[in-house]
Amino acid sequence: MKTEKIPQQRIGVYVCHCGSNIAGMVDVDDVSQWAGKELAQDGVVISRDYKFMCSSLGQELIEKDIKEHELTRVVVGACSPHLHEATFRTACARADLNPYLCELVSIREQVSWVHTDKQAATEKSKAIIAGGVRRVVHHEPLEPLHVPIHPASLVVGGGIAGIQAALEIANAGYPVYLVEREPTIGGHMAQFDKTFPTLDCSACILTPRMVEAGNHPNITLLTYSEVEKVDGYVGNFVVSIRKRARSVKEDLCTGCGVCWEKCPKKVIDDVFEAGLGYRKAVYTPFPQAVPKYPVIDRENCTYYQKGTCKACEKFCPTGAIDFAQEDQMITVEVGNIILATGWQLFDPRRIHNYGYGRLANVFSSLEFERLSNAAGPTSGNVVLRDGKTVPKSVAIVHCVGSRDKKYNSYCSSICCMQSLKFAHLVEEKTGATVYNCYIDIRTPGKGYDEFYQRLLEEGTHFIRGKVAEITDAGRTTDEEGKIIVQVEDTLIGKQRRLPVDMVILSAGLEPQPDAKEVAKKFGISCSADGWYIERHPKLDPVATMTEGIYLAGCVQGPKDIPASVAQGAAAAARVIGKIQQKEIALEPVRATINEDQCSGCRICNDLCPFNAILFHEDRMVSEVNPALCQGCGTCVAACPAGAISGTGFSNEQILSQVEGLLMVNLSKEAAISQG
Amino acid sequence: MKYNYFPGCSLEKNAAAYDVSTKAIADPFGLELVEIEDWNCCGATEYISLNLLASYALVARNLAQASKNKDLTQTIAPCSACYLNLRKTDKYMYESSDLNQKVNTALAAGGLSYKPGTQKVRHLLDVVVNDIGFEKIAEKVTKPLTGLRIAPYYGCMIVRPELSISKDSLSFDDPEHPTTLDELLKVLGAEVVDYPLKANCCGGHMTQINDVTAFELLHRLIKGAADYQADLIVTLCPMCQFNLDAFQGPMNRHFGTKFSMPVLYFTQMIGLALGMDAKKLGIGDELIDARPVLAKIGVQVPIPESAKKRPDKEALPMPSPLKNSENISKIKEEIGQ
Amino acid sequence: MTTIQYTQKNNGKKSFLEEVIELTPGKSNLEMCIQCGTCGGSCPSGADMDHTPRAIFQMIFAGMKDIVLKSNTPWYCVSCYYCTSRCPQEIHITDLMYTIKRIAVKENVYDDTTAPDFSKTFINWVENYGRSFELGLMSIHILKHTRLKVFKITEMGMGMVTKGRMSFTPNKIKGLTDLKAILAKAKELEVAG
Repeated sequence: MKTEKIPQQRIGVYVCHCGSNIAGMVDVDDVSQWAGKELAQDGVVISRDYKFMCSSLGQELIEKDIKEHELTRVVVGACSPHLHEATFRTACARADLNPYLCELVSIREQVSWVHTDKQAATEKSKAIIAGGVRRVVHHEPLEPLHVPIHPASLVVGGGIAGIQAALEIANAGYPVYLVEREPTIGGHMAQFDKTFPTLDCSACILTPRMVEAGNHPNITLLTYSEVEKVDGYVGNFVVSIRKRARSVKEDLCTGCGVCWEKCPKKVIDDVFEAGLGYRKAVYTPFPQAVPKYPVIDRENCTYYQKGTCKACEKFCPTGAIDFAQEDQMITVEVGNIILATGWQLFDPRRIHNYGYGRLANVFSSLEFERLSNAAGPTSGNVVLRDGKTVPKSVAIVHCVGSRDKKYNSYCSSICCMQSLKFAHLVEEKTGATVYNCYIDIRTPGKGYDEFYQRLLEEGTHFIRGKVAEITDAGRTTDEEGKIIVQVEDTLIGKQRRLPVDMVILSAGLEPQPDAKEVAKKFGISCSADGWYIERHPKLDPVATMTEGIYLAGCVQGPKDIPASVAQGAAAAARVIGKIQQKEIALEPVRATINEDQCSGCRICNDLCPFNAILFHEDRMVSEVNPALCQGCGTCVAACPAGAISGTGFSNEQILSQVEGLLMVNLSKEAAISQG
Repeated sequence: MKYNYFPGCSLEKNAAAYDVSTKAIADPFGLELVEIEDWNCCGATEYISLNLLASYALVARNLAQASKNKDLTQTIAPCSACYLNLRKTDKYMYESSDLNQKVNTALAAGGLSYKPGTQKVRHLLDVVVNDIGFEKIAEKVTKPLTGLRIAPYYGCMIVRPELSISKDSLSFDDPEHPTTLDELLKVLGAEVVDYPLKANCCGGHMTQINDVTAFELLHRLIKGAADYQADLIVTLCPMCQFNLDAFQGPMNRHFGTKFSMPVLYFTQMIGLALGMDAKKLGIGDELIDARPVLAKIGVQVPIPESAKKRPDKEALPMPSPLKNSENISKIKEEIGQ
Repeated sequence: MTTIQYTQKNNGKKSFLEEVIELTPGKSNLEMCIQCGTCGGSCPSGADMDHTPRAIFQMIFAGMKDIVLKSNTPWYCVSCYYCTSRCPQEIHITDLMYTIKRIAVKENVYDDTTAPDFSKTFINWVENYGRSFELGLMSIHILKHTRLKVFKITEMGMGMVTKGRMSFTPNKIKGLTDLKAILAKAKELEVAG
């Protein structure tokens, strides 16, 4: 391949032993000597090997050489760039060498950890180092991009995680937009009765936060709203939000409630009441809703469906009802976005052998929360579906739709504790005999196993077995009129049939039904399950691979309230940190389009996973937004005209690296002749 | 509509009524059933208990015979066990090239071969419900089974296990709570009981292994249907019919009960609704006489109060059912039911 | 009761677990069992088994071959496939039951011969006629095993005869020679491995 004449570089090569990780399989001394000798013509002036290049002493080695030998390029053969690329780049920077003139090639993950033939491994390492040397010659001294950060933030989702995040940012003095799809913030936590393990009343601990968020001068609450479009990039997002029409004028409404009192249309509330209670066509989801303004459900409102009624308008003392109200489109500019869109309940109707939806007295977990809640449809009385009978025996089923390859193979994390909580509430409110049917009892959190001990004290019957069947087909007189839970008591090894009055299914957590579409809207990745993917599963659970977009709460995976709150606060801290820095430095490794060569075919536009390519209609050319571009290289590969090249991944760099790799004869014949 | 037909050993004599009624209703619906030439026993649940490769070879011979006629790519099996064995063999051969090769080597010893996936194996109920369809059936109903309370009994092997070469249709009906037979009987005009044990097992050959266990299984099923005031049980498998019918007497004696629950085939019910002669449908072959119950057809029978469930005003709402039979409700609307 | 000597690899000899997995068609997923008990809970005849299917699997993991083969569990399996359909780990339980039966017969290890004999008798008719023969099956089986109970099912038997549902002679298929050749070849291939 013809290249322009490049000035001769002065290259330092460093081969790391990584203890015995590399040296155990690769003859590092041989490699380092070979590089010094064979690659001298390519510019290598010094070649060393060292036990741990990433150690302070190893780094100092590089820094010293840069100064003493006037190195212009550095190649380190060690572990994967994912781990120490930053380490060696920073070392170079300390010695006043542009960090992007340093290349880390992996002879561990790509050689010593995957091969068992020492001879072949050594030769391959030589090839890889040669590739690195040939490549680094074409590196340019890049400078990171600096992008300003808008001080406003967007939090999507008004559950406990979103509320926490919004409050933290607002309390730090920065403006926040809190967008929530439902008419009120609060999320699922508002539906619960008590929370484990303390048995705190859920609403009592949640509502103060809700009120604070609703009143905070720095928080703009946009409820009954949804994000429609996200443009821009970290520090400079432009978000279009649809504020749906409540049909209520917020400046006139006092929240007095006359409208829903007078509304004649009763509808099953399948959101807040989990389908167990009713609401009116004009309603607030619950009395402590924030904001207090009701909403007219146009699909069920007699006026919108048939043109008659209008009772709410007639009776409203302030004339706040506005049937003509339309959705509003609001555009906001923010620097960072936190996604806290939460979860939905696994639909137990899918498990036909559990009888949910067919057998009246089989309840889902959310239905039971509403049953037990003092503000619920039965004023907190735990009764059967007939609305009045108190159950004398209750079975609680763990792992409904979780840990099951046919439904969701993951564990939903909270259901064991929730099942124990239910057992306690049932016993306390009804004195009924309680059976918990489980596969394992998962109580990892603080105070959690102690809670399990409490349930043992309360006389709960624990049966280790995944429930096989729930049926009303009784076999004996004892079973007549009961619901029978059939399960193998595995610790005894016998099949048991438990005739009970009521069954509660601890259904698992699932991502929201539109999780995939929403992820795409924000340009982040979603796993096959639908949970959003964090930047690193161990070390960075709040960031995503997209700069400026963070995760909080169950949107990233099932978790309990303390973990959701912690994650919300962590995401907020990350955002506050970014805002305070006022600008962000972005990796300069990204794609650029040569406009002269671009034919305007737009193939790259849709391929970009980060929506980083704009198309200029006037000039019929595409352009890469350097702030959004993550340097993945997809467009570079796809462009049929070869008009796109990656800084840090130019054609020259890659082809030279290939040439370097091919310098060493890795064929079997060569190995035999050498060995 | 032409198909290969695999009657299976039971339909020769024990379940001749099933065979006869199938052929009787095939005609008006244009179903042409071509019996597979010189078919052999599928092995039921016995052959595979003692032999592995040979059991696949045993079944594969039938598939090979079926594919001799290149025009016929679908095989109908009215018996659930035959249905399972045929489709399981086809699927396993399709998925494992090793098994395919071995089975075909064995078949070659008898001058035969079979390419897996070439015969689509379907249960008779599947063909009736999906290929003929509820609309066409409803059109031909002249004597609706009004007044008859039926417990539809699927048994196990028709809906389990879920396996199909095509990932789109693992099983033609739900493995726990199937509804196609229910809907079919409704289209015929009968009142269908919400029989919770409709996909439970009749016990297969358990009567010959341990009669006490077997009677317990039968008792559950018969009592279950009786608890719902069903007049009769309608089934789609000869083994189920044999167990529930022929052993009902001995079961009664074992438990000291007096059940008299006739068990008929769904094809017989279709025939009756089409106005065909009961004798021509094999009715009368059952040991528990169905005739007294059938005398009810055409006569309004008051439904007992306990069977009706009226929603209580104070009661809490139930979750709405998951939509899995939208087609059927649409058709029923169109035909004015 | 002594503790179980649990060794997976016994001087290079295959473990019982490996044996069972290998002799089951396709991917049975037996090693994925989390002992949840769905199978034991679903089984219609589970209450009458010595050990539930789940317990049998744990015993296979423990290498308790003798107990497993002598248990009545696989013989009481009615092939209803509830277990297979509901197993959260997608284990092909019913297929595994068939495997255990085959091993038991091959090694001639079982406590109660009723079920294995029934299958053997059934198979004899199929292999010699190409079709099953109920009367032949029942009569041999009754003579061997349920002699005293013959009176219980006399009524049923008479009923079947009266209704014309009982064949008195077996049916022979035309291609019986070919079928025999096919089955012989298959058995030969199976032994070869």
